Amino acid sequence: MRFMMLVKHAENSGPPPKELMEAMAKLSEEAVKAGTMVASGGLAPTAVSTRVRLSRGQVAAIDGPFTEAKEVVGGYAVFELKSKKEAIEGALRFMELHRKHWPGWEGETEIRQIFGPEDFPPQR
Amino acid sequence: MTVTDTHRAIEAVWRIESARIIAGLARIVRDVGLAEEFAQDALVAALEQWPESGVPDNPGAWLMATAKHRAIDLWRRNKLLERKHGELGRELEAQQESAVADLDTAIDDDIGDDLLRLVFISCHPILSTEARVALTLRLLGGLTTDEIARAFLVPEPTVAQRIVRAKRTLAEKHVPFEVPRRPELAARLSSVLEVIYLIFNEGYSATAGEDWMRPALCEDALRLGRILAELVPEEPEVHGLVALMEIQASRSRARIGPLGEPILLLDQDRARWDQLLIRRGLAALERAEELGAALGPYALQAAIAACHARARTAGETDWRRIATLYEALAQLMPSPIVELNRAVALAMAFGPAAGLELVDALTSEPSLKTYHLLPSVRGDFLAKLGRTDEARAEFERAAALTRNARERELLLDRARACAGGQPQLARRFD
Repeated sequence: MRFMMLVKHAENSGPPPKELMEAMAKLSEEAVKAGTMVASGGLAPTAVSTRVRLSRGQVAAIDGPFTEAKEVVGGYAVFELKSKKEAIEGALRFMELHRKHWPGWEGETEIRQIFGPEDFPPQR
Repeated sequence: MTVTDTHRAIEAVWRIESARIIAGLARIVRDVGLAEEFAQDALVAALEQWPESGVPDNPGAWLMATAKHRAIDLWRRNKLLERKHGELGRELEAQQESAVADLDTAIDDDIGDDLLRLVFISCHPILSTEARVALTLRLLGGLTTDEIARAFLVPEPTVAQRIVRAKRTLAEKHVPFEVPRRPELAARLSSVLEVIYLIFNEGYSATAGEDWMRPALCEDALRLGRILAELVPEEPEVHGLVALMEIQASRSRARIGPLGEPILLLDQDRARWDQLLIRRGLAALERAEELGAALGPYALQAAIAACHARARTAGETDWRRIATLYEALAQLMPSPIVELNRAVALAMAFGPAAGLELVDALTSEPSLKTYHLLPSVRGDFLAKLGRTDEARAEFERAAALTRNARERELLLDRARACAGGQPQLARRFD
């Protein structure tokens, strides 16, 4: 089963502490070695993003910055795992690193399953 | 945290940590069977204690420390064991202090080597292929015997027996818990790759059961392959196998039609190929190529799969390159099946006459006598050359040989089309 982890937090929280960066690098190295993390990335600030929106029959491209959202997606990772339980355990460990190394930081990791062939059984 | 949450956590922790724990213990107790028992004991202890105490900060280290303590306890109680494992006893005693002190680092240091030893012992040639597969999935994949049994559609006691016997064999024959050295390494590694690819293929083209594919087994094999690639990054064939599996798996969604029917490679909707897996596959192939040695059988097959993966449409396929790669493959592992595939590639690259020449040479091959794809491919070439009577006879022969009802229909359609003189569509059987 494939899962996408979306890490969300307030955008103005500043750069993460060095200890956190190191701990996260170690965690993701382990996940790569375990064959579970198949892709990951950090996202540039929404200030330099563009939203292409369809609204009231009109399609328009709007460049950032935007009015500050409470939480934005700051990064993602794609995992291939045996079960959602494993995904939750992974996210717990990831967030635990934040608790340990970045006092006061708040945010969430959202776990979304990515549909695979097994989710569309042949109609027989 | 509720009890359910805790059980969820334990199950996940077990899946993530069990291989490393068993590997670490096996280094100390020098017996894979014992190592697994102690690891299981630690799991039971977690199930008893964590709902009360909460999940520890470093659950993997907790399980490892608990398992080590169990090993020490047993050794103390059991004089027989002490005599049998005199060495072990002294080593354990010496480690008792550090086992307690180094909870955080205990499983970190040698873990890569330990895992690699566990891979090699699980795939040891002394064991039957079935036993290697079962033991690998159990010890390295973290699957339960029940999960293995369901994946291979055999009764659970059969799998349990295989695992018990395998562990007993390893103990009785005193198979050392070690990474084989150079002269032996190549053969031992190829046994490991074979086991992983067998697991993958059982998932990719299920030989038994209702379903044509069992994606979970493909994922298990891929995960094992990726782990191995990190453990022995200097071995090109490991990256070759990973590349092959990633690229083949990228087509999973496209190779089954809405009614569960197989869809052949050239007929697949390439938009449904998984680009993430293709990218990973191509990257793995690049790693294999960068190591500089001549490509081995897995890397060559991956390179062929990569030719298909790179082509946006079936028409853009680089058949010349595929024909060359099959030629190299035929030299490494000569086989009539490889030759048949090479004939198809030659026909696609240089026209049906080139393919027919090679296929004609194969018609006397005893091992292909009842292989339906030979007359099927030959019929295709003949039809394209306008020799429709001969083509029809070949399609009919192929239809009589295949055991797959859908394929039989398809072949009989083509035979009828020959009679009616309709133009033929090229098909590749994959």
